[in-house]
Amino acid sequence: MIESAEQAKKNSVYLNALKELLYQLADDDFIISFRGSEWLGLAPHIEEDVAFSSITQNTMGHAAMYYHLLEDLGEGEADAIAHDRKPEDRRNGIYLEKRNGEGTYLEEPYYDWALAVVRNYFYESFKKVKLEAIAESCSYKPLVQIVNKVLMEQTYHLAHWKLWVSQLQQAPKDAKERIENRVEEAWDEFGDVLQLGKYANEMVEQQLMISEDKLKEMWTKEISSVLVSYPEKPLGNKYGSGREGDHTADLDQAIKTFSEVYFSDKEAVW
Amino acid sequence: MYNYVEDGDSKTTAYVEGDQDKYEQFMARIEAGEKIEADDWMPDEYRQSLIKLISMHGISEIMGALPEKEWVPKAPTLKRKLGIMAKVQDEMGHGQLLLRVAEDLMKPYERTREDLMDDLLNGELKFHNVFHMPTKTWADAGLVGWLVDGAAIISQTNMLDASYGPYQRALQRICQEEVFHAQHGEAIIMALAEGTEHQREILQEALNRWWPALLMFFGPASKETTGSSKQDVMIKYKIRKSTNEELRQAFLDKYLPRVFSLGLTVPDKTVHYDKAEEKWIYQQPDWDEFKQIIRNKGPRSKERLRLREIAYENNRWVRQALAPETVEV
Repeated sequence: MIESAEQAKKNSVYLNALKELLYQLADDDFIISFRGSEWLGLAPHIEEDVAFSSITQNTMGHAAMYYHLLEDLGEGEADAIAHDRKPEDRRNGIYLEKRNGEGTYLEEPYYDWALAVVRNYFYESFKKVKLEAIAESCSYKPLVQIVNKVLMEQTYHLAHWKLWVSQLQQAPKDAKERIENRVEEAWDEFGDVLQLGKYANEMVEQQLMISEDKLKEMWTKEISSVLVSYPEKPLGNKYGSGREGDHTADLDQAIKTFSEVYFSDKEAVW
Repeated sequence: MYNYVEDGDSKTTAYVEGDQDKYEQFMARIEAGEKIEADDWMPDEYRQSLIKLISMHGISEIMGALPEKEWVPKAPTLKRKLGIMAKVQDEMGHGQLLLRVAEDLMKPYERTREDLMDDLLNGELKFHNVFHMPTKTWADAGLVGWLVDGAAIISQTNMLDASYGPYQRALQRICQEEVFHAQHGEAIIMALAEGTEHQREILQEALNRWWPALLMFFGPASKETTGSSKQDVMIKYKIRKSTNEELRQAFLDKYLPRVFSLGLTVPDKTVHYDKAEEKWIYQQPDWDEFKQIIRNKGPRSKERLRLREIAYENNRWVRQALAPETVEV
């Protein structure tokens, strides 16, 4: 067991694999929380606005904890890591950066609730599998401690989206079709979320994570118990791999928005 | 956050003829400090005043999330992102809590939350004047938390002993959270006030922009100002204790010294404390403008209502899927 950042820094192979894993965890949570924050005030009803914004807030809290672990490993200040990195340095899955729908959060936001439901369900079910693997067998103690806290909240997040997807896929034709179409779309785009990037082998060797194959197998098992139908074909990486630094224009738009004030005066203390 | 918005005279009589005994018993109960519950007999004037007050309060919490929401995705640090997310989530929660209270009161009239949403979109249900205003920089997000929520604390703590039990209990929780909001706002303001020249500039600009709206927050001093006022009815039924002007003076008492101590100014050269009269002297805001604002003719009224309208229309399929037996009209 590696007990501290100082100890982790002594082994460069270990350190690189650990940082890669942390960037994935942090960037995934950060971008999906950002997309959630754009939904604020626009959910199908007020109770959902309260619940969704609570999940979004928790998720941003999770991202902040991972960014602080990176800060401890010498990657710079957590706020700079979150706000001031180029798209190619970001490690989030590409599907998670996708816009919520037509329009912007300020003007004419024709956001699609079916996308929100499918994306958040896919993501939270993946997050559960990945975090449980870390909680059970990861060798970096500071991360395991945080993940145990995150899992306590995350259980409720997953339950929330599972309920939505279950209800809507069993609803009358229109809602059912909307969900099915978004599942089809997700199937072509979700592949890279389940990847571990360039240090995938080292992550396994250094006992930081389970293998990609195992991760995918467990995630498929998780969703197959809930989704009424899903495509037979393998998952796709339609726009490349976010784990390798590939991203779309949607991430550029996100960075421009979430860093607008930060960039307005980088010397300032906010 | 919220305050009572004055608009239109109520033509309601206190009670229906023949109910005088009930009315006297009711008044005796509230005079004795008892709380009225949802199923208790109450005069129509009381019920209607509460429906108007609480639905306006609830919908203002929901519409009030929108100006700050503009800055939630843009908050400049992780800590500020978490703070403003938590704050705006609370406001939505207050809205939900209050609409539940209003729904119970509306039952005898067979009106529901859907009716309130329709009233909001067609302009019959007003939302608070401050939420029609634009937010132009991150300083507005801080200022809303600090001074708008600060003003809300003053008007809401004035009703913490309100005679209607369900509202009074909701306010207990809301006020506790509002204190956290004002601290969140104050922390943003302090960072700006102690910050770079650019930060101090956007802070002063925001205060100049919000000043008239903050004075309007508590409503006109008397009926003569805008042609209507229900503050007397509210006081008679022990829903609130103080007049609009008393609340505004309490706000100025609390916040003007803090504003000046941060080196900020307000855009009114006449502002001063008159020791002899024991009150703040200030230039009246434009009450005609106030009337326009709450009639949805404020600077951002249309855009904010449009967001609610889109959310309502665009998610119709979701509501239909959850309640397929409901016939949409």
